Amino acid sequence: MSDKKPIISPDSEGISNGTRRDFIKQSSVLTAVALTPGTVVHAASDHMDEQIAAVFEKMPLKMEVNGKPHSLQVEPRSTLLDILREQLDLTGTKKGCDHGQCGACTVHVDGHRVNSCLTLGVMVNGKRITTIEGLAKGEELHPMQEAFLKHDGFQCGYCTPGQIMSAVACIREGHANSEGEIREYMSGNICRCGAYPNIVNAIQEVKAGGQAV
Amino acid sequence: MKQFQYVHPASQAAVLDAIAKPGSKIIAGGTNLVDLMKKGVMSPDKLIDINNLPLNTINTSPNGLHIGALTLNSVLSENSLVLDKHPLLAMALKAGASPQLRNMATVGGNMMQRTRCAYFYDTAMPCNKRAPGTGCGAMGGYNRMHAIFGASPQCIAVHPSDMCVALAALDATVTIAGKKGERRIPFTEFHRLPGEHPEMDNHLAAGEMILGLDIPDNNFSKNSYYLKVRDRQSYAFALVSVAAALEIQGGVIKQARLAMGGVAHKPWRLFDAEKFLAGKALTEENFNKAAQLAMLGAKAREYNAFKIKLAPATIAEALKHAGGLV
Repeated sequence: MSDKKPIISPDSEGISNGTRRDFIKQSSVLTAVALTPGTVVHAASDHMDEQIAAVFEKMPLKMEVNGKPHSLQVEPRSTLLDILREQLDLTGTKKGCDHGQCGACTVHVDGHRVNSCLTLGVMVNGKRITTIEGLAKGEELHPMQEAFLKHDGFQCGYCTPGQIMSAVACIREGHANSEGEIREYMSGNICRCGAYPNIVNAIQEVKAGGQAV
Repeated sequence: MKQFQYVHPASQAAVLDAIAKPGSKIIAGGTNLVDLMKKGVMSPDKLIDINNLPLNTINTSPNGLHIGALTLNSVLSENSLVLDKHPLLAMALKAGASPQLRNMATVGGNMMQRTRCAYFYDTAMPCNKRAPGTGCGAMGGYNRMHAIFGASPQCIAVHPSDMCVALAALDATVTIAGKKGERRIPFTEFHRLPGEHPEMDNHLAAGEMILGLDIPDNNFSKNSYYLKVRDRQSYAFALVSVAAALEIQGGVIKQARLAMGGVAHKPWRLFDAEKFLAGKALTEENFNKAAQLAMLGAKAREYNAFKIKLAPATIAEALKHAGGLV
């Protein structure tokens, strides 16, 4: 894209491609950061020069994941999906399309299912996250996990964590009252192996069982 | 994704200050913006998260039903006031996106979403909307999803929203805030046709933000229907969609509201068809005539000529559902 420009480029070529204004902005940011101790930058984060925060500052992120509090430093552009997988090593949540089209990355934020690939980490500060790793109680699987095993609700398994997180939400939301309703409310989770009939059966069984999910 | 600064202002005044600067962009749910930033289609220097603002209320007001800009699509679609007064809006919302996305997407963000034109998304292709002056890849390209109404030589993209089609039909108004104060505009005048400036999707000026919507009370709740035709049964953008609302008195249509999605750069209100239906009996023949009137001026491109047949059939079918004929 024509207006795409590097904010900071380590080589002279990047700077020469930018405008004079960019260069001045970049140099002053570099200078400011070089001269400012990290603690000062951090303490002043609420009032600091916007340009400094824009380029260098990682932001604090506090969130509870599967019942455990975490205090992290993240780039504003890091998605919740990448933070879960890369910083917290919770690799159960899968990266499928990375564009909100497949549902493999589905997690619960404050109890509601969302696409973690389109969620910026900084925007879930203070929130409660549940991933596939947080459903089981120790060695005891969640009823939906049991039902997916029993009904063979997967083949390759890549979409399964997202399917299960979505399936649990589907019942909690009250949208699992018929096969048609389940299919509609599971439409945000794509399964390329085509395990849909078995997924629907698993959800129907859990729903009929009446257990708390 | 290009680096950016993220701020989370506590007040509307602080948001308006922050968005006054070039390169700033509001983020609410982020479902479209984050996607576009990953693709490099949009690359703001600074994101202004407005989720601190108290704009997620749904309540009755002297202007009808007020809906705050930060109301989630999922919440709105299940709200009892909406289901009772404007079931058409709930139907349209549920036809859009997926449950996960509706749990993130806000009303204001839905209005601000960009076209899903593949040439807009592909930064290797020309696109007057993404990079003004580079041309239109869709015009001579694979334009199956594209506009049949209101297009210009610069752009044949369509607006992707379902919610907005219902709001256009329901005569909603939009409340907008800027540094100079607030203004209200009809929903049908919020989005714009591409003309010479397809880079502008709507009439929101630089430095302005959406505060909310008002839908006036009406007598359409018993006879309305949203019909969306798409390539798969769920979770796909519309080829054509129709919002139909009828007020029926003694078996005769007192007034009608009709709008189409998937056919133009903005929700496409069918004023001529509405006028025709006023005072008419609820017959399939009248619905077909209204649909034919709605198609005047339609223009197909190489791959979307099927919409010239699909659109009137969808209008008539939506009217049949709204009128209780099926």
